[in-house]
Amino acid sequence: MVTQSTDERLDEPDEVVELVDDTGKSRTAVTSAPQWKLIWWRFRKHRLAQIGLIALIVMYLAAAFAGFIAPFNTTSYSGEHAYHPPQGVRFSFAEGFYVHPTTSEVDIESLERIFEPDTSEFVNLGFFVRGDSYRLLGLFDSDVHLFGPEDPDERWYPLGGDRKGSDLWSKILYGSQISLSIGLVGVSISLILGLFLGGISGYFGGWVDTVIQRVVEIIMSIPTLPLWLGLAASVPPDWGPVPTYLMITVILSLVGWTNLARVVRGRLLQTRDEDYVIAARLDGVPTNRIIFRHMLPSFTSHIIASVSLAVPAMILAETSLSFLGLGLRAPAVSWGVLLQDAQSVNTVATAPWLMFPGLAVVIAVVAFNFVGDGLRDSADPYGKRST
Amino acid sequence: MLRFVVHRVLHVIPTLLVVTLIAFFIIQLPPGDFLSSQIARMEAAGDSVDPAAVEALRTRYGVDEPFWVQYWKWISNILLHGDFGLSFEYRRPVSDLIMERLPLTILLGVATLLFTWAIALPAGVYSAIRQHSGGDYVISALGFIALAVPNFLAALVLAYIGFKYFGQSVGGLFSPEYANAPWSLAKFGDLLEHLWIPVVIIGLAGTAGIIRTTRANMLDELHKPYVTTARAKGLPEGRIVRKYPLRIALNPFISTVGWNIPSIFDGEVIVATVLALGTTGPLLLSALQSQDMYLAGGIILIVAVLTVIGTLISDVLLAVVDPRVRFGGK
Repeated sequence: MVTQSTDERLDEPDEVVELVDDTGKSRTAVTSAPQWKLIWWRFRKHRLAQIGLIALIVMYLAAAFAGFIAPFNTTSYSGEHAYHPPQGVRFSFAEGFYVHPTTSEVDIESLERIFEPDTSEFVNLGFFVRGDSYRLLGLFDSDVHLFGPEDPDERWYPLGGDRKGSDLWSKILYGSQISLSIGLVGVSISLILGLFLGGISGYFGGWVDTVIQRVVEIIMSIPTLPLWLGLAASVPPDWGPVPTYLMITVILSLVGWTNLARVVRGRLLQTRDEDYVIAARLDGVPTNRIIFRHMLPSFTSHIIASVSLAVPAMILAETSLSFLGLGLRAPAVSWGVLLQDAQSVNTVATAPWLMFPGLAVVIAVVAFNFVGDGLRDSADPYGKRST
Repeated sequence: MLRFVVHRVLHVIPTLLVVTLIAFFIIQLPPGDFLSSQIARMEAAGDSVDPAAVEALRTRYGVDEPFWVQYWKWISNILLHGDFGLSFEYRRPVSDLIMERLPLTILLGVATLLFTWAIALPAGVYSAIRQHSGGDYVISALGFIALAVPNFLAALVLAYIGFKYFGQSVGGLFSPEYANAPWSLAKFGDLLEHLWIPVVIIGLAGTAGIIRTTRANMLDELHKPYVTTARAKGLPEGRIVRKYPLRIALNPFISTVGWNIPSIFDGEVIVATVLALGTTGPLLLSALQSQDMYLAGGIILIVAVLTVIGTLISDVLLAVVDPRVRFGGK
C-alpha cells in the first residue's frame, strides 16, 4: 500500500515538491517515507495540535497517577473546612513551603462560614510526604504523595474545598480517571458500531445502505440530550458505580455512533472506485484482502481524526448528564459529579472555585479538538493541504 | 418543486413513527409497571388510593397488555384526543403541563436561532472577505472557545458575574413582580430583558459552527471564475460580494438549521436548568428524576417532533433558494 502510493506520486512531481515545501524534508526522504511518517511530519507542522497533544499526555498521566499526585483521598474530608477558599502556597527560607491554617466562624446572619488564616501557625508542605494510602495503577499500595502537608492530619486546599470539606484538587485528579476514560471507552464502542454498520452500509449498498442511512438520519434528527436523559433515567439508582459507568457509556455510544458510521461509509464509497482498488480487483485479489490490505489503511487516519473529534463530545455528554444528576452519582467522582455542587447560582457566588472542574473539562475538550483538527489536516499526506 | 416537497414530506412519516416509538420505549423503560410503583409511592406517602380508580387507570393505559397494544393506546389517544396521559407528580394532564411551558421554549428556540444568524452572517462574511486579518483571527479564536465551553459552564460563569458584579440575579425569565402578572407590554419588555442571557449561551456553539461554514463557503465562492468576471467588468467590490457569493454563502444558514435545532434543545435543557427558566427542559428533568414517565415521554415526543418538522421546513426552504437541491440531490 505504502510503496504503491508513493509510486503513484512519483508520476506527479508537483505534489512531491509541495510536500517538500510543507514539511521541510528532502524529496528522497518524502518519497521513501511510510505513510505514518508523512502524517507525523504534517502533524508536527500543526502548532496548536502539538500543544493539544502535550496537554492530553499530561492529563492522562495525571489521571493514571492520580493517587500519587493528589494530596488526599476522595474520601478524606473535614466538615469544619466546608467551602474552604483556595490556599496559595507560600515560601520562606525558615519554613520552606507552607500555608497558614485557618480558623473558621459561622456568621450568624448569613450562616456562611468565614475563614481567617492564623498567621502565627504554619502547615508545612513538602515533596514525597506520607499521607492517605492509595493503590497506584491498581497494582501497588502506597501512601507517598508528590506534594502535600507533611503532617497527614493537617489540611491543605490548593483549589479550595467542596461542600463536605474535601480537597477539590484531589477530587479533580481522581475525577479525571472517569471523565477522561469514559470518552475513550464510549468512542471505542461507537467506533465498533460505526465500523460495522457503516462498513456493511457502504460495502453492500442497495436497500441495506438505505435502511442504515435512514436510521442514522433519524437518530441525528432527534435532540440527543433529552434522549440520553430518558435512557439514563432508567439506570436504577441502587446500581454500583461500575455498572452505572458502563451503562452510561453504552447509552452515550448508542447515540454517538452515527457520525462515525457516516465517515466510514463515505470513505468506503470513495475508495471503492480508486484506481488502485480496481487494479487490485482486476489482479484477482480476494475481497477480504482488498478491504483490509488496500482500502482500510487508506482511510484509517481519517477515522482516527474523526474519533479524536468524537471524544470531546463524549466527555461533554458525560459531564452534562452527571451535572444534571442523571449520569454518574456520588460516591463516584467525575468532573460532572463534582460540578453538581456548583449547580445553583448561590453556591457559585459563595464558592466560585467549585467551577474548577469545569475548567478541567474545557482544557480537555479544547486539547482534543486541537489534536483532532491537526490529525484531520494531516490525515491525507498525499493530498493537498487544506486551509 | 411540488414533487420534491411531497417526497420530503413522505420521508418524514417513518421518521415521526420511529420518534413516537422511541418516546414510548423511554416511557416503558423503568423496571416494573409504572402504575404499581406509582401507587406504592402514593401509599407510602400516606395517600389513600381508591381501588376502583386504580382499576380504571389500569384499563385506561392497558398496563397488562403487550407493548404494542399499550403503544397503540398511547399514540391513538394523543393523535385523536390530544391526550398525552396523566402526570402522577402534578396530578394533571400532561398536555396542560406541556402547553404551559412550550410557548416559552419555542420563543427561546426561535430567538436563539435569530441571534445565531444575526451574529454569524456578518462575522462569517467579514472573516472571509478580510481573510488573515486581525478581525478574522479574533473571530476564529472566539469561535474555538465558544465551541469548547460547555454551555452549563457558560451559564454558571455568566450567572456568577451577574450576581457578583451587577448584584442582579440572572435566573428566571421574569422579574419577581411580573412572574405571576397577566401578559402586558411591560411584562413582555421584562421578558426580553431576561431572555438575552440564555439566548446568548445556547447560541454560542451554534454560532461558532455557522461562522466556520459561512467563512469556508464564502472563501470557496470568492475565488470562482464568475467573481473574477464580475470584477473584470468593473463591478464595485461591495456589489460583487452582495450580488453573488453572499447569496450562495447564505445556504448554510438554512441547511444547518437541521442540526442546529437539536443542539438548541440540548442546550435549552441544561441552560434552563441552571438559570431556572420556566421552559420544558427543567420539567423534563424533574419528570425523569421522579419517574413521572408519561410527562417525560410527552416532552421528549414534542421536542423531537418539533425538531423533525423544523428540519423539514429548512429542507424545503433550501430547495426554494437553491435549485441544485431540487434537481440534483437524488
